[in-house]
Amino acid sequence: MSFQPARIVITGIGLTAPNGNSLSEFRQNLLNGVAGVEPFDVRYMGKLIAGVCHYDPLRYQKRKELRVGTRAGSISIYCAHEAVKDSGVAFDALPKDRVGIYVGCTEHGNVETENEIYAISKFNYDTKYWSHYHNPRTVANNPAGEVSLSLGVTGPAYTIGAACAAGNLGLIHAAQMLRLGEVDFAICGGVSESIHTFGIFAGFKSQNALATHADPKKASRPFDKGRNGIVISEGGCLYTLERLDDALARGAKIYGEIAGYCVNSDASDYVLPNPGRQAECVRKALTNAKLAAADIHIVNTHATSTPQGDIQECEAIRSVFGTGCPDTHINNTKSYIGHCMGAAGALELAGNLPAFDDLVVHPTINVEELDPLCDVPGLVLNTPKQAAKVDAILNNSFGMLGINSTLIVKRFVA
Amino acid sequence: MTKDACKQIVLDIIADIAPDEDLSNLKPDVRLRDQMQLDSMDFLDIVMELRKQHGIEVPEADYIHLATLDSCADYLTPKFEALGK
Repeated sequence: MSFQPARIVITGIGLTAPNGNSLSEFRQNLLNGVAGVEPFDVRYMGKLIAGVCHYDPLRYQKRKELRVGTRAGSISIYCAHEAVKDSGVAFDALPKDRVGIYVGCTEHGNVETENEIYAISKFNYDTKYWSHYHNPRTVANNPAGEVSLSLGVTGPAYTIGAACAAGNLGLIHAAQMLRLGEVDFAICGGVSESIHTFGIFAGFKSQNALATHADPKKASRPFDKGRNGIVISEGGCLYTLERLDDALARGAKIYGEIAGYCVNSDASDYVLPNPGRQAECVRKALTNAKLAAADIHIVNTHATSTPQGDIQECEAIRSVFGTGCPDTHINNTKSYIGHCMGAAGALELAGNLPAFDDLVVHPTINVEELDPLCDVPGLVLNTPKQAAKVDAILNNSFGMLGINSTLIVKRFVA
Repeated sequence: MTKDACKQIVLDIIADIAPDEDLSNLKPDVRLRDQMQLDSMDFLDIVMELRKQHGIEVPEADYIHLATLDSCADYLTPKFEALGK
């Protein structure tokens, strides 16, 4: 008899995106074409554009906690509390040593390190003015650790560093831990505080990969012929995941079931994507989910609005879904919110999950002239599309150093 | 500098590092840690802000003098005066 892993379901969602601070607000803005990119001051660089979140940090934190902690920690705390509340679980009654927190991050520590270097620059770089909070703020587990403090969770709480694939990896890792029986309740996904470090802006600018546009809301435009780079954004999206039996036993609302996934590596370049490995990642995820390409009704792309990267992902998508998939729709969420880095995969999946209920595929906006090299069958552009059915959603998230992730969520059927 | 002025400087620093606390009824002769939530990192904050804002150094061996507002004033006022404040 072959091993039958436990079925894992999504029971709660908490998020903050540049265009919404709850799933309902986020979804509505995705259907209404409302983008969330705005002018943003960046240290040393001046007025640029970015996706900025406008959640209320004081909803779940005291002012002192905000002062001591990090932006990534604050975003994580907001999302975690919102997810737990949304799940309806009697959290106080849960054994806290059986709760796991798995937060995907693109990077962590750059913001605080830059802040401290800037601060001591005012004191002639004398390091005796360096903050004693620097180490707890910059340890890689900081965002998850701040959630553990806020929720009183004594189970495993750590981050997963996976560049821009990290949001998916938070979910994937949580599913694995639930299946291993390491925890009974998982809070997982991804966050990003990236807009508060000038380094990421300067780095992408030096790569000639930073988006510009007279209208910030049109700057992130994957698949458009005029696209010229990434809009950097902050954000967060954390889910609650449970084994199906546990979720059913407490009568939980179920958003969807983790159907399958794959994480692989290009092993070919520091920054350039590899369409062959991306396609391999998608195919392995389909195999893992025991689904055919034609069974996927929404493919949410990773495309970041860079001239080359979008073409390469489309090449990968075309090789898997290009023929024989008449019911497969392809969309992109970064066109609304820019690139939320470690939060991207988790947020972009969340924005599509309501399609299980309303059967509406949110479009990729800002496509004024479709790049022929990005013309993939099934693209949904600029206006939402009513689908005949939405039973499976496939989410791609890829990152630097060639990490690829594909996560498939299917409609829950008992 | 008067001791009251010195206490106000310390209170202003505490107000920044403990923004959720009501400082209006702090007793000057009672340990700060017994009247509000202040941990060891917070005390390091007081030391850091004295250094950053006022150029005053408090060696670790002297931290004990920051226990109450009165002891802060007794210890810090001469330091302020030595700086011509």
